[in-house]
Amino acid sequence: MSQLEKALRAGQFAVTAEVAPPKGADLAPALETARALRGKVHGLNVTDMQSACLKASSLGLCVALKQAGLEPILQMTGRDRNRMALAADLLTAASFGIDTVLALTGDHPAVGDCRDAKPVYDLDSVGILELLTELQAGRDCGGNPLTGVAPQYFGGASATPVYDPLPLQIAKVKRKVDAGARFIQTQAVFTAESLLPFLEGLDRAGINIPVLAGIIPLKSAGMAKFMNDHVPGIAVPQEQIDALAAEKSAGGSPAQLGIRMAAELAARLRAEKLCAGIHIMAIGGEKYIPGLLEQAGIDMQE
Amino acid sequence: MIITRKKEREALLAMLRGVRRAALVGCASCAAACQTGGEKELEETKAFLEDHGIQVLAAVLPEECCHKMLVKRDLKALRGLELDAVVCLACGDGVQTVADNVALPVYPANDTLFLGQVERVGIFHEYCRMCGDCVLGATGGICPVTRCAKGLVNGPCGGQKDGKCEVNPENDCAWILIYRRLERLGKLDSLLIPAGQRHEHAHPAHLNLREGAK
Ligand code: SF4
Ligand code: SF4
Repeated sequence: MSQLEKALRAGQFAVTAEVAPPKGADLAPALETARALRGKVHGLNVTDMQSACLKASSLGLCVALKQAGLEPILQMTGRDRNRMALAADLLTAASFGIDTVLALTGDHPAVGDCRDAKPVYDLDSVGILELLTELQAGRDCGGNPLTGVAPQYFGGASATPVYDPLPLQIAKVKRKVDAGARFIQTQAVFTAESLLPFLEGLDRAGINIPVLAGIIPLKSAGMAKFMNDHVPGIAVPQEQIDALAAEKSAGGSPAQLGIRMAAELAARLRAEKLCAGIHIMAIGGEKYIPGLLEQAGIDMQE
Repeated sequence: MIITRKKEREALLAMLRGVRRAALVGCASCAAACQTGGEKELEETKAFLEDHGIQVLAAVLPEECCHKMLVKRDLKALRGLELDAVVCLACGDGVQTVADNVALPVYPANDTLFLGQVERVGIFHEYCRMCGDCVLGATGGICPVTRCAKGLVNGPCGGQKDGKCEVNPENDCAWILIYRRLERLGKLDSLLIPAGQRHEHAHPAHLNLREGAK
């Protein structure tokens, strides 16, 4: 059982972060990034060609992390593999003791860096979760029996809390939960207030699932504006953009301010018990995560 | 309707290298409506080919170029002509139906694009991918297999921005359209109907409605 599953079962405030495989054949730098987070987070999501940009495989880096005694969370998208290839990778993951999986539909190749690639989408996020359930029952994607002990997984899904119309997002989460999702990691939120309508929506729909709120430490006003304009489901409030800009004009470090803002949000989410944990997407700034957690007063050893 | 587009004229000529005498076959149905294979296009193509040294000895216009019986009947007009090739101004189905029924090379004058709605003359939108397992009953009559860029049948991805699709911001996100339609119809509970397992069908497919057929 992964540390994430244990933490969520024990009702501990869970912390996950993210690491990307390299665009190349050397896993060492990613491994080093991951090692620096040992003991600081319950799990490390390994992204699966995020933004549809070609990278080494998520499964490959997950195996390397596992062998280094770390806690990988396998991100699996339906973009590049049909159900057979997905099932094969999931079985391989389980054979290495990797059981925690985040099922995603995946960004379309048209928005990535290999635009002529054929999109697959044989299964979407819901289909991948159903596949996990099938494999756990000892059956493959064709209903054929698996040999040996059936693998066990801890499957999760993503959600976009800032979404209009929100009931459509809630309905999608419902389908994911019905398909077997046992935790949710959300797209980044920047205020507790922007998460609340989503959490209330889940409540009203009778959906009871641990939610890890996505957190992106902002590095600059420019980054925040860019994300507001281009990244779906991202809504950085104007006050935060202004504060980052002011910090820069005052000769301070907007990146440090971004970390403080992220830490404040994390601390508040925990103190008010608004959600089950946080998922930090540092986008290259992984080395600041321990400091962020310290500022937030979050210690997973507690 | 099957939506077709004329091939680039240079591409057509390149295929026809070495052809001196040709016949044209159009289609009075979809291709005529797409302005790729009706009376007018047959005339244009004849003039174009003759300008480029290819004699056009006949032009026929079957009611439906994908209908073997109709094509067979109309192709009788080519009998006895000294032809090097046939140029077909229909969809890919029509081209093959013609090729099945003449002992000559048959060249496509069009590219076949999709099955779509004619919004008005000259404006077409892809509406159905012929998936063989229609979900329109649960989606307010808007096809997610076709009109969602990822063909998602279980609800939207997280990629829409202001109701537009992440893949092409000129397109509306199909799932937002579905949501709005279901809302208007008072059928939002349809959003929770499981889509079930989707099946990829083996190609080529056949259908036989004749008595005694399975
Ligand atoms: S679901 Fe869409 S693609 Fe499938 S048959 Fe219906 S309209 Fe066509
Ligand atoms: S944005 Fe909407 S239409 Fe585009 S891929 Fe996602 S769900 Fe489909």
